[in-house]
Amino acid sequence: MEFRSHTLPNGLEIVAECNGEAHSTALGFFVKTGSRDENDATAGVSHFLEHMTFKGTPTRSADDVNREFDEMGAHYNAFTNEENTVYYAAVLPEFQDHAVELLADILRPSLRDDDFDMEKQVIIEEIHMYDDQPPFGADEKCRAAYFGSHPLGRSVLGTVQSITELSVEAMRDYFARRYSPGNVALAASGRVDFDGLVAAARRYCGRWQPCADSRRIEPAAPQAVFQAIHKEIATQEYALELAEGPAAGDDDRYAAKLLATVLGDDSGSRLYWELVDPGWAEQVSLNHCEYEGAGLMMTYVSCDPEQIAENLQRILDVYRRAEAEGITAAELKTAKSKIRSRIVLSSERPRGRLFTVGADWIYRREYRSVEEDLEKVADVTLDDVTAVLSKYPLRRSTTLAIGPLADVCPPR
Amino acid sequence: MTEPILSHVLPNGLALVAEPIASLQSAAFTFLVPAGCVHDPGKLSGLSGFTCEMALRGAGDRDSRQFVLDLDNLGVERHESVSAAHTGFSGATVAENLPAALAIFADLLRRPHLPADQVEAGRLVMFHELRAVEDEPTQKVMIELRRRHYPEPWGRPSQGEQQALETIAIDDIRGHVQRCYHPNGAIVGVAGRFEFERLKDCIGELFGDWRPCDVAPIRERAPDCRYEHLVYDSNQTQIGIAYACVPYRDPDYLKAWGAVGVLSGGSSSRLFTEVRERRGLCYAVHATCHTLRDRGGVFCYAGTSADRAQETLDVTLAELNRLAAGIEDHELQRLKARIKSALIMQQESSSARSSALARDWYHLGRARTLDEVSSLIDALTCESINAYLAERPPGDFTFVTLGRRELEVPVGVS
Repeated sequence: MEFRSHTLPNGLEIVAECNGEAHSTALGFFVKTGSRDENDATAGVSHFLEHMTFKGTPTRSADDVNREFDEMGAHYNAFTNEENTVYYAAVLPEFQDHAVELLADILRPSLRDDDFDMEKQVIIEEIHMYDDQPPFGADEKCRAAYFGSHPLGRSVLGTVQSITELSVEAMRDYFARRYSPGNVALAASGRVDFDGLVAAARRYCGRWQPCADSRRIEPAAPQAVFQAIHKEIATQEYALELAEGPAAGDDDRYAAKLLATVLGDDSGSRLYWELVDPGWAEQVSLNHCEYEGAGLMMTYVSCDPEQIAENLQRILDVYRRAEAEGITAAELKTAKSKIRSRIVLSSERPRGRLFTVGADWIYRREYRSVEEDLEKVADVTLDDVTAVLSKYPLRRSTTLAIGPLADVCPPR
Repeated sequence: MTEPILSHVLPNGLALVAEPIASLQSAAFTFLVPAGCVHDPGKLSGLSGFTCEMALRGAGDRDSRQFVLDLDNLGVERHESVSAAHTGFSGATVAENLPAALAIFADLLRRPHLPADQVEAGRLVMFHELRAVEDEPTQKVMIELRRRHYPEPWGRPSQGEQQALETIAIDDIRGHVQRCYHPNGAIVGVAGRFEFERLKDCIGELFGDWRPCDVAPIRERAPDCRYEHLVYDSNQTQIGIAYACVPYRDPDYLKAWGAVGVLSGGSSSRLFTEVRERRGLCYAVHATCHTLRDRGGVFCYAGTSADRAQETLDVTLAELNRLAAGIEDHELQRLKARIKSALIMQQESSSARSSALARDWYHLGRARTLDEVSSLIDALTCESINAYLAERPPGDFTFVTLGRRELEVPVGVS
């Protein structure tokens, strides 16, 4: 296992974890742009643009793009979130160069008017689809309530109205600013020919013109709001709670992840025993989410509408007790075993490792091997967890409930 | 190229099928117990699922908390599922913890407590599962489609029905374990880092004295409905279309599977291209092969806004019918590339391999190595697939739609 990195003169960074024993090669272009880089006039453009990159380039039609990925047998896709748009492919090692060439080409898309109008329909269908599935979309509404006017409160999908009104010119302008090579990292893992990777990046991305644009990192001013959204067709009631947590650059994020595992893992956690095992909730979880300059502890619960108020109270009680008494050494040890096993299992596939290697680089400009990551987890002490509990109180949160109830009683 | 597959059948019928993969740090296992929902008595639909839920609530000398805690301390990522034929229990963890994890699962399968004082909690868990499906129209339409495509009880949903779940008592659950949790017909697939002889001994010690028992025959009843519309006040209309396909163990299966791959595998497939890319009709459209032991089906899905639903159905159906005219060589070449790549990448996951081994054993009575699958794929030709399609063209469709308005469906026309 060897880490290699290189930067092209235009600013594009290339990082790779090379493992000669792997069966496949995973490649990903990580573009540091997402909904937090949008404004009211461009709401949803990052995600829409991600779709448009697959619609063709000056030398390829959309059919060509799809066909060529399939001809390589690539396992490929793209996703957009609040601050990144990632394009990735896992291929057999012999296709490394072709995969880089194809991914690089689609990152300079034509953005043709006709394709834009056609894909608009697909995006609107995607918005409709999520709207029919109540738990989806609830996280965006809760983030909006928590972050208020801060850019991290913006919706990734946008709305039917914002997408309908978006112009192709606005997308082209956004693309020119945000897809600058200095804002992109090419990451790779698995069986990687690194010299070949750098040569390919030089050949296919070397002419990308840099453009100075930056993301403003403003401090978040979290809101404590309690809100219930009435969704008549829903059968279950869903609630999300957001509280402050460590940001992507904070060292206490490991302690936060262990804390989330102890309190809110989907099995065997305190919330599990309080809510799921007795049958009060279908699911409950606590997760840590990290952003640039901000972090969240996110609680999720789904249950019978009649149980929601009591469940929110049960959750609050679990958090109060943890803040008052901390967690036990035995709980911390169990959480470490779980996380260790998850890291090992997810790292066996190059395409699992790719996202860790890419995210470590774009957020922290650092590389950590699986062993180093495991050590970081092993080194967390009870004191570290207690410090996180006091620095980021879980009970101070924004809550959003969505489901058949018009009103939900907040916990006391 | 790939590792050999080793197997051993205990005298009581439990089959161990294993693939050591030295390049992995993990080991994974999949138990398939012949306790699928086809064995639910008619008035107790959901009994298999309920039993699975209760089996996790303590076994051997562990109560339910200790059971979960010990698996967590071993870092076991676990998953349970109930299908028509089986209840499946699977787990994956770092390799050194495999024997200890298997011992806990032996308790679960052979000595579950099934505590009477937790049956109401278990019932609530089952109700939650039912309600969760109601909020996922995509899943709901496919569940209803399967129910109408296969003869009863093979198309049953594992979640059961509210009324039946209300009446299930702890004795029903205990009886179900006695009748269905037995070694004859049970399979354990194991993949990852381990030494086979030691694994074989371990399985022998844990399960050697598990006693087999008789299996009741399944009575079938043909489905009677070809189109059903479920009224639902949603933005989108969900469309499900099914037609018959040979099962996995049929010599023609890979041809049928290949044809469905051309229809819906990758972004250059016919459905994605014609329904989404060319017409922008929907975000999600796909088709997959599903197999039982003696029959199979191709299940297609599309979800779109109500006012475009009829066009989506028509275009999707036209693609299904066009398949009868055959596939082209360039489509087959892309299909082969995707399958080859997927097979090689399957070696990177112990979980994926362990479930594939157990599934193979159930359907074929043996497991295929990845090399063997690879040569079967190499042997596929356009001519062989097209001959299959000419003989068994998509047709005699079953439809289920869910949304505000019913659609016009050519029932009885293929």
